[in-house]
Amino acid sequence: MRNAWIICRRELGSYFSSPIAWLLLLMYSLIFGWFFWNYVSHFLVFESEIQMMGSSMHINIDQQIVRPLLANTAFLELFFIPLISMRLFAEEKRNGTIELLATSPVRDIEMILGKWLAATLLYCWMLFFTGLNFVFLFSYGNPDWKMLAVGYLGIVLQGAALLAIGTFLSTLTRNQIVAAASTFGACLLLWVFSWVSSYNSATWAHVLSYISVVPHAESFSRGVIESKDVIYYLSAIFLGLFFTNRSMESIRWRS
Amino acid sequence: MITVQELTKRYARATAVDHISFSVEKGQIVGFLGPNGAGKTTTMRMLTCFFPPTAGKATVAGYDVLEQPMEVKKRIGYLPETPPLYLEMEALEYLRFVGRLKGLSGAELEKRVAFVMERCSVGDVQKKLMGKLSKGYRQRVGLAQAIIHNPDVLILDEPTAGLDPRQINETRDLIKSLAGDHTIILSTHILPEVEQTCEQVIIINKGKLVTTDSVHNLQARARGAETVLIDIGARSGSLSAPSVVEQLSRVAGVSRVTCRAESGDGGVFEIESDRGRLLRGDVARAIVAAGWDLNELRPAAMSLEEVFLQLTGAESAPEPSDPADSGEMAAPEAHA
Repeated sequence: MRNAWIICRRELGSYFSSPIAWLLLLMYSLIFGWFFWNYVSHFLVFESEIQMMGSSMHINIDQQIVRPLLANTAFLELFFIPLISMRLFAEEKRNGTIELLATSPVRDIEMILGKWLAATLLYCWMLFFTGLNFVFLFSYGNPDWKMLAVGYLGIVLQGAALLAIGTFLSTLTRNQIVAAASTFGACLLLWVFSWVSSYNSATWAHVLSYISVVPHAESFSRGVIESKDVIYYLSAIFLGLFFTNRSMESIRWRS
Repeated sequence: MITVQELTKRYARATAVDHISFSVEKGQIVGFLGPNGAGKTTTMRMLTCFFPPTAGKATVAGYDVLEQPMEVKKRIGYLPETPPLYLEMEALEYLRFVGRLKGLSGAELEKRVAFVMERCSVGDVQKKLMGKLSKGYRQRVGLAQAIIHNPDVLILDEPTAGLDPRQINETRDLIKSLAGDHTIILSTHILPEVEQTCEQVIIINKGKLVTTDSVHNLQARARGAETVLIDIGARSGSLSAPSVVEQLSRVAGVSRVTCRAESGDGGVFEIESDRGRLLRGDVARAIVAAGWDLNELRPAAMSLEEVFLQLTGAESAPEPSDPADSGEMAAPEAHA
């Protein structure tokens, strides 16, 4: 696994020596900051209205701010995941550097794990900056840190799973745009598959809705770790990386 | 060091490499020669375990490319046609990365990085982004990358392609200087490159092995019989070609005389010698003795290029031409 770490470090270095990592960090932080500011402002207006009405209704910072924000973070992912994963293999194929990796004493799986790990770490780094917003909540209120932590765990798992799929799609092409577009399509499909369960109770509808990422994200954002959801994400990561491995093998047989 | 037996690579529709067999001794520089699309890169990719052969067997340093690819990969350095550089990295950083990938670490890694940078003279660009390097420097970083783990075997795919003449010479010298420590296979479609750098030549065409021989033997094959072209004219009066042919054929050592161009008072003749005989002097003497003017006498030995063209069956030049302009296949001009 030493090789996976070597590749991961180079990959992270490449993210940060090109504008891509900085641009992603900037955009993600900006958009999340905007979300955060809106929810907090809305919360404050709502709170003062309730006080003016003289109601003693208790409003909850976790329900009003933390949960919707986490749900929106998961939604934002859709747009950013493809931009992180698109270059992983497509760029190596285009530049011919894949020949270096493939003729070095490195196993395919080490190469794949290294790249996927680098993408996931960059993603976590982006999430870290969104987390800074919550520091303000802690200094002015008393949100439930456990729920927040579980929410973040869910988002990390979801991102890691989608990145594994993106890694796979990136091996299929030498064109980064194609890799990004197909990953975006896959993410979006996984997002909207769950719609069918709201009006159809046939088996295939259940299956589709189980495949969808949305129902699995929900329990995490409520602060609940359900084993079936953890298993869902872990198996999605496994499948994504497994297909990547197969795809790498087929590149060797076909090319 | 390298043995290849009946190596074959078939794609869905085409056979890129067709039952090739050869072997390379330790410490040799071998030129892998063939026109574009002959299967050079495919063969190299099989040797470097980039992809597996469809059939046949290849071993590098005693390890089978199919069964022990990891062991093979540890012992080869590979420079693909385009150097596999990460353009957003600095050269130094890149060489460290490749070194680690090949299993080096710590003080040994730093030592090897410093060594290859010095060897390939890329020290002065070590802090530059490789995207900003010139083609020549990229090629040298590519070479440095290939030798960083001191591999037994070096496989270089067209190492001089796209370089300017000075860089080509530098790269050739560098490759020659590496020969002592490594067994080198380099592919090319440029003949002089083989003549200058290699000891052994493997010629392939359309996926098939054409011949494998030493450069020396191939040149001997090309120049086994000396051929000279002479242009003579009559001092006065006319000159009949058949009588010239007849007279020159009598010169000792001449095996064949053919008339290539003829005018009323002279002509161009091609004279072939017996194997291993130099006859320019004798021919000149005979011509002067016969009272003709010797306007031109030049050797017309076959260049390696022509041997190559004949062997690979491309439109082979039927007439031997001047080796000086071996880049051109044009038949010598007749001087009327």
